[in-house]
Amino acid sequence: MTGMFGNLKGLIMHSLRLGIKDLLVFARDRMMLISFVIMPIFMMLMVGFIFPSQNVLKNVSFGVVNLDEGSMGGQVVLALQQMSRSQNERMFDITYLHSKGTAVDQIKYQAISGALIIPADFSAKISAGEQASVILITDQSNPQVSAGITGTINGLMSAMASQLIVQKVAALVPNFPNPQQLVVPFTVETEGIVAGKPNYFEFVAPGIMAMTIMFAAMTGLAGSISRERELGTLDGIISAPISRLSIILGKSFAQVVRGLLQALLALILTVVLFGVVVHGSYGLLALLLLLTVFSFIGIGIMISALASQQETAMTIMMTLTFPMLFLSGALFPIQQMPVVMQWISKALPLTYAVEALRKCVVLGTGISGMMTEVWVMVGFGVVFTVIAIPVFNRAITR
Amino acid sequence: MNMIEVEGLTRRFGDFTAVDHISFTVGKGTVFGFLGPNGAGKSTAIRMLCTLLRPSEGSARVVGFDIIKEQDEVRRHIGLVAEKIILYDQLTAEENLSLFGRLNNLPEEQIKQAIDKWLGRLHMEAWRKHRVGTFSTGMKQRINVARALLHHPDVLFLDEPTLGLDPQTTHAIHEFILELKGEGITIVLTTHDMVEAETLCQQIAIIDQAKIVALDTTTNLKKLLSGDNTTVIDVEIANFNEPMLSQLKSMESIASVTRSDTYRVRIHTRNTDNIAPILSALSAMGASVRAINTVLPTMEDVFLHVTGREIRDKVAANVPSVGGHRWRGASRVR
Ligand SMILES: Nc1ncnc2c1ncn2[C@@H]1O[C@H](COP(=O)(O)OP(=O)(O)OP(=O)(O)O)[C@@H](O)[C@H]1O
Ligand SMILES: [Mg+2]
Repeated sequence: MTGMFGNLKGLIMHSLRLGIKDLLVFARDRMMLISFVIMPIFMMLMVGFIFPSQNVLKNVSFGVVNLDEGSMGGQVVLALQQMSRSQNERMFDITYLHSKGTAVDQIKYQAISGALIIPADFSAKISAGEQASVILITDQSNPQVSAGITGTINGLMSAMASQLIVQKVAALVPNFPNPQQLVVPFTVETEGIVAGKPNYFEFVAPGIMAMTIMFAAMTGLAGSISRERELGTLDGIISAPISRLSIILGKSFAQVVRGLLQALLALILTVVLFGVVVHGSYGLLALLLLLTVFSFIGIGIMISALASQQETAMTIMMTLTFPMLFLSGALFPIQQMPVVMQWISKALPLTYAVEALRKCVVLGTGISGMMTEVWVMVGFGVVFTVIAIPVFNRAITR
Repeated sequence: MNMIEVEGLTRRFGDFTAVDHISFTVGKGTVFGFLGPNGAGKSTAIRMLCTLLRPSEGSARVVGFDIIKEQDEVRRHIGLVAEKIILYDQLTAEENLSLFGRLNNLPEEQIKQAIDKWLGRLHMEAWRKHRVGTFSTGMKQRINVARALLHHPDVLFLDEPTLGLDPQTTHAIHEFILELKGEGITIVLTTHDMVEAETLCQQIAIIDQAKIVALDTTTNLKKLLSGDNTTVIDVEIANFNEPMLSQLKSMESIASVTRSDTYRVRIHTRNTDNIAPILSALSAMGASVRAINTVLPTMEDVFLHVTGREIRDKVAANVPSVGGHRWRGASRVR
């Protein structure tokens, strides 16, 4: 017996050997390698393109029915065209229709997502000093676009209304110094903390990095152990005179490396393909990614211990990871969820990982601004690892 | 000196008992065989001795170390060739062997020497740098055996080492096992192949339905039959048919009848070496007997004698495609 020191050296050497073996096996398995590269790309593309970008309205087919006998209706249409054109991405594809009936039909066929109907007496009413109105019909089967259209048209109409008032005030009081100020006394200017327009990719990129790591730590670890159990090679490892701990450490080491590489791939993809800018420091980002791995590894080990077969492992994994994806705020803002869901969300390690990563990537926050998240992740990691290791040791020789 | 001492070793999976209070000892430098049909509990027994499975009851010492309290010491002194091949397909033969050498704490220099030695002896030197995934089953098994021997274990466990191998490779492995025995390595193997058990093992434990039903040297096991005055005869009958078979089976002086092919049956007498009543019964039922031979009992006969059925009955249940009259023995269960 070489004593404590020798044991420690053996532990580290054996873990490294096993870890390197796993990575080598992995690197030489074409199928595994392909899924390794495909996974983050697929997630980015899927998530990035399925979910609406910041600018909800893009090339939305929109119908205009101008029945107005006066000139005001024409001005509304003109304003609509201008607004549509002024954006570098066109907001509306405008179709001109003849009646409300056709507009409704077109919406039913989903040829257009909404229509604005300017009634025949629109100008007349305004001239007569009565309150005029336009009718907006939207496709209710698409609430998001529907809400976007409503907001935009409301904005347009009230801008036109204020313009009208400004004109009227100017006509009534010829030398009024600033009629604009009277009508619109204040405006709101939006200003982000960091330069540039935030896009949805910036919102999801940290989420995807965290998810990738979570999958590697949980699915990867349990999958790798149960695969070896089924192949029979695990017997060779267990019947070798090595510490149980080095089996866990070796396996975890391989999965950590794999997960970090995959997260890095996701990061490069978002930066290169989707123009995401990392506002925080890369050092902190790396630290957070490592912490993310650590917060999941214990759960991964526990699942590996409990699931004797690969299939069982996968099932447990799916039931655990799937809700996490949706409740952690990786893809949707937590604030938009019902209160109960927000509570559950607070109990998931992924939530904190995503939050910290997002602060770092999107807001450029330093570590002092995310101590809560950091401690929670450390806590999750420590607690689960401490519980998982003895469970694993017992389970491995049944 | 006993390399293995087993006392009342038992393993249950839920309500099911896979190994039921088995006890035996294995002397140094001998080959000990577990002979039994599928599901008898052979692998479970071996896995317990290799510290891969915790016993539910009983105890065992391997190379003098307790399999529960001194697992690491046991592991240091054993080599295992399990049912499934313990090699990584994506690694080369050499990489696989180095990995397991290192896990067994061998110094680099020694690993290299051991790889040279065992690959040489198993005629696999040329395949050293090739990935195991590209090997045939026989080649894999050779590397697998080399892996188990790398750290010069005192006891080598072989769980059905020749399963699925062609006759040449099987023969080579048999030769190799006997060489190892000659070098003082103690070997425990499982098999359901009678010939394998007979050619390799000094001692055989016939295990059936979780229990050891007979345990002795190969020679003594065969004497079991003569001790009971059981005589084994092969009879060739030109007009043999089913009614004759059942008639023979119902005879008081016959313990078992096994049809070996269309015209031949093997008969075990019950507690008698007098075959005259059988002969008169045969002539009474109009059998045209072409030949009668008294044969020396084989392990197959021993197995039949102690378990009351052929080992193939059980195997056949799992291999339904192996059809024909050979397997008809299912009805032979007493
Ligand atoms: N992990 C397990 N859980 C439940 N039952 C098991 C387990 N391992 C083995 N058994 C059962 O124990 C019995 C003995 O199995 P074992 O593998 O030891 O048989 P065997 O003699 O090696 O058979 P074979 O010739 O098919 O390899 C079988 O009925 C099997 O189903
Ligand atoms: Mg078996």
